[in-house]
Amino acid sequence: MVKLAEWRGKDVFRKYGIPLPRGAVARSADEAENLVRSGRVPLPCVVKAQVLAGGRGKGGAVKFASTPEEARTAAAAILGLEFKGENVKELLLEEKLALGRELYVAVTLDRALRLPILIASAHGGVEIESVDDAEIDRQPVHPFPGLTNFEKRRAARALGLSGGPAKALDRLLDALWGAFQVEDAELVEINPLAVVGDGLVALDAKVIIEDDAAFRHPEYAEIRDDRTPLEEIAREKEIAFVQLDGNIGVIANGAGLTMATLDVLKEFGGAPGVFLDLGGTDDPKKVTEAFLLMAQAKPKAVFLNIFGGVTRCDTVANGLVAAMQQVPPSDRFPLVARIRGNNEKEGTEILRAAGVVAVPSLKESAQAAVAAARGTP
Amino acid sequence: MTVLVDHETRVVVQGITGHQGTTHTRQMKAFGTQVVAGVTPGKGGSEVEGVPVFDSVRDAVARTRANASCIFVPAPYAKDALVEAVDAGVRLCTVVTEHIPFHDMLVMYHYAKAQGTRIIGPNCPGIAAPGKAKVGIIPNLVFRPGRVGVISRSGTLTYEIVNGIKEHGLGQSTCIGLGGDPVVGTSFVDALPLFEQDPETDLLVMVGEIGGTAEEDGADYLKHHFSKPVVAYIAGRSAPPGKRMGHAGAIITRGRGTAETKVAALEAAGARVARFPYEVPDLVAQLLAERGRR
Repeated sequence: MVKLAEWRGKDVFRKYGIPLPRGAVARSADEAENLVRSGRVPLPCVVKAQVLAGGRGKGGAVKFASTPEEARTAAAAILGLEFKGENVKELLLEEKLALGRELYVAVTLDRALRLPILIASAHGGVEIESVDDAEIDRQPVHPFPGLTNFEKRRAARALGLSGGPAKALDRLLDALWGAFQVEDAELVEINPLAVVGDGLVALDAKVIIEDDAAFRHPEYAEIRDDRTPLEEIAREKEIAFVQLDGNIGVIANGAGLTMATLDVLKEFGGAPGVFLDLGGTDDPKKVTEAFLLMAQAKPKAVFLNIFGGVTRCDTVANGLVAAMQQVPPSDRFPLVARIRGNNEKEGTEILRAAGVVAVPSLKESAQAAVAAARGTP
Repeated sequence: MTVLVDHETRVVVQGITGHQGTTHTRQMKAFGTQVVAGVTPGKGGSEVEGVPVFDSVRDAVARTRANASCIFVPAPYAKDALVEAVDAGVRLCTVVTEHIPFHDMLVMYHYAKAQGTRIIGPNCPGIAAPGKAKVGIIPNLVFRPGRVGVISRSGTLTYEIVNGIKEHGLGQSTCIGLGGDPVVGTSFVDALPLFEQDPETDLLVMVGEIGGTAEEDGADYLKHHFSKPVVAYIAGRSAPPGKRMGHAGAIITRGRGTAETKVAALEAAGARVARFPYEVPDLVAQLLAERGRR
């Protein structure tokens, strides 16, 4: 998934006509000051760190300014902050509005219902999890009719809106629903949605775009979380790469089998480090690519757990042995490999002949991998 | 009919001329499945693995009386392929294709449901009843006819566990791999009644994963409507807490969706929950012995 920073989320909202405060992005204190001096951001203004984590207000990542100098000082103070593990590189400066009530609206997927769900609460501006269930209105929205007028009227009632703001909500919810569908979003959330005079303004924007729809959204391809070079290579090869704190590298095929492998390793006192999930495939080429990628992560030991279906185990084993020769002697590590499926006996023999610990049992393989990482084979 | 597929199942493979389509057509035939047709637009008139290829599902159904589809077409075209199968009157579609946007899957699911078609998947290994038929990609070698039913959200982990059941000297009635995508055509709750009613299933194995609440919902069904013994396994007990889907996602699940909540729900429903995959066959054998049905 691609989580959009607030300003990018607001760019999406703008495209759909959702009302926003006037504002602009700055990447330096100079730029922040100039945005205010030039009048592009009216005073007084709010200066907000563009990070993905929540709780910015309490965490000192949001400040107010009434003069260009104050905007500069605020920007300088926030830029370079490390906020919940993210370095602040971008700021959003926006006009500070005279706010009325703060509300919450969002559209996301309810997996159990297999329907999008419109969520509305009159208690905005706080973390929605802290709001009592009875104060949150949830309406499943069927994709065939789309968002209907009666659903929007119910949301208005739940939010306690009438008159001008209710009319504004009607337009806003159409826009939010449109953004959810057309942008292939997992989540579009406005919290808080503020009543300002006779209308509504989205003060924040949280938009998450689904990865699987990337083929029709090239515009989001450039916006990715920071990746290490190894993660980038893994992504290109369509291998799921996750870095944990431990020292045992795990290569497995399929998310369920990968998680089960981690569960078993932990049970025997192992600490999984990098793990690579090849997906459902047992393609020998992909197995060897993963192995070479793993070698670059310099684990203490590697546990390879592949359940083959189509490819023969001896083919996978031969590929693996060939890949082992490509790793320089100084970088080699103990390998425990478990390859199950067609011709698994032949595969196991090939691996053993190459000095690999090859045990068919998941329990014993995991124990062997833990021992190897401790240097006590 | 036992659970969804049997000797009457006649499969049309959509995307048969692709590498995956061809490979698994061969495997399905080797399993004993009647694969009667393939579809790849523009390749009508050719043959793959001895199976005639048609330009449309409608043609395939008209000529071969196909009644189940196995979809391998790439994600951007999967929605079209599914709608085509539904419109041609196919009432069981296994969607193997992965990476289908969930917005597409929402449309696919509700369209199929309105027309009375069941979808298994997407991003799933499919369904197999040993000695009868297979619509999907589960390796043939893990099966042996028997009386243990399996429903799983996983792929290769399903193979691992089904294989473990075989190695223990037991066999399977029907195995369904539901797929782990956010929106699936058939969930635990949808599949459980089929096994409850199946005279050939004595015991059910449920394989779940962390994320979502499908296991909890399944457990709720077990508690109230399921009479057969159940062995369950949930993968991901040791997984670090994942990145949540924003705050809105959290209020939908409200304290459910973790390994702990799933295990607790299943145990409360009377299921025996294995801690590791290799404990499943022992628990299955134990419960069967207790019931005197072995």
